[in-house]
Amino acid sequence: MTVTPGWYMALAAVLFVIGATGILVRRNALVMFMSIELMLNAVNLTFVAAGRQIGLIEGQLSVLFVMVVAAAEVTVGLAIIVAVFRRRSTASVDELAGMRG
Amino acid sequence: MNVDYHALAPEIILGITVLAVLVVDLLRIPKYWTAVIGLVGLFAAFVPVLTLGFCESLDFCTEPETAQRVLFGGSFVVDTFSLVLKGLFLGATAVALLLSVGYIEEDRYWQGEFYFLMLCSALGAVVLASSRDLVTLFVALELVTGPTFLMAGWRKGDPRSNEAALKYFIIGVLSAAILLFGMSLVYGYTGELTFGGIRAATAALGDSALLTIGVILTLLGFAFKVSAVPFHFWTPDTYQGAPIPVTAYLSVVSKTAGFVGLLTLSYQAFAELRDVWGPLLWILAALSMTVGNLIAVRQDDIVRLLGYSSIAQGGFILVPFGAAVAGNVTGDQLEQAFFATVTYLLIYAVMNMGAFAVVIAGANRLKSTLIADWGGLSSYAPGLAGLLALFFASLAGIPPIAGWFAKLVMFSSVLGVDSGWATALAVIAVLNSVVAFYYYAKVIKSAWFDQVPDTIPAAELRGMGRAVAPSLQFALVLTAVGVLVLGIFPNLIADVGDVAKTVAAGF
Repeated sequence: MTVTPGWYMALAAVLFVIGATGILVRRNALVMFMSIELMLNAVNLTFVAAGRQIGLIEGQLSVLFVMVVAAAEVTVGLAIIVAVFRRRSTASVDELAGMRG
Repeated sequence: MNVDYHALAPEIILGITVLAVLVVDLLRIPKYWTAVIGLVGLFAAFVPVLTLGFCESLDFCTEPETAQRVLFGGSFVVDTFSLVLKGLFLGATAVALLLSVGYIEEDRYWQGEFYFLMLCSALGAVVLASSRDLVTLFVALELVTGPTFLMAGWRKGDPRSNEAALKYFIIGVLSAAILLFGMSLVYGYTGELTFGGIRAATAALGDSALLTIGVILTLLGFAFKVSAVPFHFWTPDTYQGAPIPVTAYLSVVSKTAGFVGLLTLSYQAFAELRDVWGPLLWILAALSMTVGNLIAVRQDDIVRLLGYSSIAQGGFILVPFGAAVAGNVTGDQLEQAFFATVTYLLIYAVMNMGAFAVVIAGANRLKSTLIADWGGLSSYAPGLAGLLALFFASLAGIPPIAGWFAKLVMFSSVLGVDSGWATALAVIAVLNSVVAFYYYAKVIKSAWFDQVPDTIPAAELRGMGRAVAPSLQFALVLTAVGVLVLGIFPNLIADVGDVAKTVAAGF
C-alpha cells in the first residue's frame, strides 16, 4: 500500500477535529491555545499535501506564511495570558466571567 | 521587476509612518507627538488614494492600460472598489486615533506603542482592500486583527480589559484557523490561490462536496470577524471590556475589514458558487439582525448596547448578500446588492464612530456608562445630548440623518429581486428596524426627558463642555457634519458607492 497525499489530507482533517474538540472541551487558556496550534498545523499539512498532489509550489509556500503568522500570534497570545495570570494567578477561562448579559 | 509605485504609495507611506512612530517614541520629546505623526501619516496616505482615484484628470499621473492596476501577478489589485475602501479605512482610523489621544493620555497608558499598533492594523486593512489572492488576504487580515488583540487588553491592570483581550484572542485565532482550513480545501480542489484563478477553476471543474465545505469554512471564518450570529458571543464582552476608543476601532475598521474580505471572496473568487454562499449569508443576516436587536433591547450599559447594536447593524449589512439566494438573480441586481453593502459600510463607519465619540465624551464626564446614569443629560450638557440624539437617530435610520439612506439602499437591493426568500429577508429587516428604533429611542429619551439621578452631581458637571479634549471635539464635529451632509445629500455617498461596484461586474 502506498501512502498518497489523500491520506495526509485525511490525517489533517482528523487533527483539525481533535483541535476543535480541544477548544470546546478544555478550559485552560494555554491548552486551548495549544489546540488552536494543532488546528493551524492541520491546515499546513493540507496545504502541503494538496500542493504535492497538484504538483504546484504554492501549497508549500502558503505554509511558510501560515507559520510566520502563527508565530506572531503565539507572542501576542502568551503576552495576554501572562497579563491575565498576573492579575488572577489562574489561566482558566471559566473564572474569567466578569461580564455577562 | 517593474513595480507601479504609485499604486503602492498608500501602503508605503503608511509603512513609513509606522516606523516613524516607533522611532519618535524613543526620543525625549512629549509622547503626544507620536499621535501627531500618526495623524499626519494617515492624511499623507490619503493623498495617493485621491490621485489614484482621479488619475485621468491629473497631468503627472500615467494611466494603466487596463481599468485597474494589477500588481504581483494578480495578488494585489488597485481598482475603484479598493480605493473607496482604503479611503474609508484611513478616515476611520484617523477618527479612532483622535478618540484615543485624550483617553490614552489621561490614564497614563503607554502611548507610542498604542499608536504603533493601531497604525499597523490600519496598514493591514489598507492592504486587505487590494488583496486578490488567498494568502495575501489571510496575511492582511491577520495584520488587522493581531494588533487589536493587544489594544483590547491595553488597560493591563483592569481584569475586564484582560478578559476582553483573552476572549477576543482565543476566538480571533480560532476563526483564523477555520478560515485557513477552508482556504486550504479550496486550494486543494482548484489548485489556485488567486481569486480569478479560483473562479475560472470552479467554473471549469464544477461543484463538489470538498469545495462546498471549503467555501463554507472560509466564509464562516469571516463570520467570526464580522461577529455575525451565531459567531458573535465574543463581541459584547470584548466591546465592553476594551478601552472605548479601541471598541470604536474594532466595531468600524476591524468589522469593515471582515466585510471587505466577504465581498471580494463571494463576488469574485466564489462568483460561480452563489448557491452555496447566498443561502449561508441569508441565514447569518437574518440571525444577526434578530438576535442582535432582541438582546440589545434589554441592555443597561451603553457600550454593551452599542456592541449588540453593531451585531445587528452587521446583519443589516449582510442583507444585500441575501439577494443572491434567488436562482434567477441578474448581474444588475448583484451589482445593486454590492453597491448597497459598500454604501451601508461607508455610512455605518461615520455614524458608529460618532456614536462612540459621544459615549467617550459622556463617560469621561460622568465616569459611568450605565444608561440610567445618563438620565437628564440635556439639562446640564445640552450639546452632548444633542449629538447623542443625532448619532443614535442616524443608527435608527431616521431621515434626514445619514442612516436612512443606508437602510433605503439595503431594502431596495433585496426587494428588487423577484424571489420569496429575498422578500422574506426584507420583511425580517423591516421588523428589526422597528425593534432597533425602540432601543435607540430609549437612550435618546433617557438623555432628554428623564430626571437626573441623585448619584450624578449635575450642578458640578454643568459647563464642563470645555473640558472635552480638543482632539475629541474635532472628531465629534467631523462625524456630526458627516452624518448631516450625507443624510441631506445622499447622492454624494451614492456616487462613491457607484464607482466601487465595478468589482461585482462581470457576472
